[in-house]
Amino acid sequence: MSAKKYDAGVKEYRETYWTPDYVPLDTDLLACFKITPQAGVPREEAAAAVAAESSTGTWSTVWSELLTDMEYYKGRAYAIEDVPGDQESFYAFVAYPIDLFEEGSVVNVLTSLVGNVFGFKAVKHLRLEDIRFPLAYVKTCMGPPSGIQVERDKLNKYGRPLLGCTIKPKLGLSAKNYGRAVYECLRGGLDFTKDDENVNSQPFMRWENRFEFVAEAVRKAQEETGERKGHYLNVTAPDCEQMIQRAEFAKELGQPIIMHDFLTAGFSANTSLAKWCRRNGMLLHIHRAMHAVIDRHPKHGIHFRVLAKCLRLSGGDHLHTGTVVGKLEGDRASTLGYVDLLRESFIPEDRRRGIFFDQDWGSMPGVFAVASGGIHVWHMPSLLTIFGDDSVFQFGGGTQGHPWGNAAGAAANRVALEACVKARNQGRDLERESREILTEAARHSPELGMAMETWKEIKFEFETVDKLDAA
Amino acid sequence: MTMHAPSAMKDYETQASLETFAFLPPLTREEIVEQAAYIIAQGWTPAVEHEEPARASGHYWPMWKLPFFGETDVNAVLAECEACRQAYPGHHVRLVGYDNYTQCQGAAFVVFRGRGW
Repeated sequence: MSAKKYDAGVKEYRETYWTPDYVPLDTDLLACFKITPQAGVPREEAAAAVAAESSTGTWSTVWSELLTDMEYYKGRAYAIEDVPGDQESFYAFVAYPIDLFEEGSVVNVLTSLVGNVFGFKAVKHLRLEDIRFPLAYVKTCMGPPSGIQVERDKLNKYGRPLLGCTIKPKLGLSAKNYGRAVYECLRGGLDFTKDDENVNSQPFMRWENRFEFVAEAVRKAQEETGERKGHYLNVTAPDCEQMIQRAEFAKELGQPIIMHDFLTAGFSANTSLAKWCRRNGMLLHIHRAMHAVIDRHPKHGIHFRVLAKCLRLSGGDHLHTGTVVGKLEGDRASTLGYVDLLRESFIPEDRRRGIFFDQDWGSMPGVFAVASGGIHVWHMPSLLTIFGDDSVFQFGGGTQGHPWGNAAGAAANRVALEACVKARNQGRDLERESREILTEAARHSPELGMAMETWKEIKFEFETVDKLDAA
Repeated sequence: MTMHAPSAMKDYETQASLETFAFLPPLTREEIVEQAAYIIAQGWTPAVEHEEPARASGHYWPMWKLPFFGETDVNAVLAECEACRQAYPGHHVRLVGYDNYTQCQGAAFVVFRGRGW
């Protein structure tokens, strides 16, 4: 290579980082950003600035760049597209050489891609819409400790979604009363119960006490029903040492599954816990507190599909995805897109579902999609249609709000679920025939009949804030 | 609310259950055929297994013959379920759909419940 001369000063970013002729390599990590530039900043310059600031560049030329091959290491903005129905913003596609990132570290990828660049003055708003992780990088990450198939085999549950329930009230119960609520749900027919994300180890219920009472509830429900049961014991803790200590106690008690909040606790902690789970044969349920802070604004932040991909790489066997039909935000097409990204092995680009790149996961295990929040028996036909079998439906109020109690509420949900699965397999249209299917099932289940009566008028119909971009 | 008065409530008695479809009434012959048709339509391999109720809690039940590789006749599948039940009266009989793509069972549910169930 011919020697370059050092030319001090400030260059326009696009001279170096806007490369419209570049053809991305299979090993490149690709990103799609939605950029809203400051007034007067040309698109190419803004895109190049984002590529530079999220890779090798800084605002001024420095002499030490000449000691390395910047052509090999730099990120490149290689394409720009209009955002449908939006004059102000545009999509910029950036390719990063794989050697910019430490192997097996979503932490390192995010520190680069959504680091300083998000505070950069030349852009008014910036959103990371999608990342294509090259298969070469995927293979450096462990991923889910068990994955969908192994979890089904361990639990012996096939051909249907799993049923869960978050124990309420979320805060304030004593450990013994809490275990009672768990036992009632599980003996009624649920597969899992769950700690609320806020439940860690507060003065009203320390974690050791909760784990012991819950373990007794799980054991007893298993013995009496003959089915495998679990409770997501939340091991999210103030520090990683206590997190691992809680995980080890759950294992000592013979429990099958623990739980973690991946965003508030952070990716390093999550990846460590996932690896611990793989070593110890423990399932890992992942909650997503704080996600809406990051992903809800349509022009700034990180889309949830990126957080979901990062979680699959970091490791988790279940991830909350929203319900589409319940009380929490979630556009249907977009949700279906990232549900596929969690579960499938190859997901093709599909802009109608917000998927900007082909994603090949190779042999990485899949993650169960968890639908939770404001759902009840009347939603069951839609939930099964939307999410399919490899999902967990969690009815909190929709189990414990049953007038006859948790066990009856659990049985109502189980009957409704199985009736829907049976009807789907028979080729019936669940969403169109939902009333008939549930009414038929309620004929032999007074618990379901009462649940249908209790929740017949409850709907959550608000406009979605973060919609897919469309003209 | 009168609905919440104890006299208006129904007690829920715990039931021993056998996973998928355990909370529905026993499947009729016609319903078994419909579910077998679903298994075949997914490209899965139907298989039958059985166990006496007292020993049914483990992962493995004895296989009835081999999985029916390439079988597309739902009535043949039903006939095997019934033959298994005749050979092992009183046992639970389960129909399984093996999915060789996911290397998992796509379906597994009891078609005949054993003695005392």
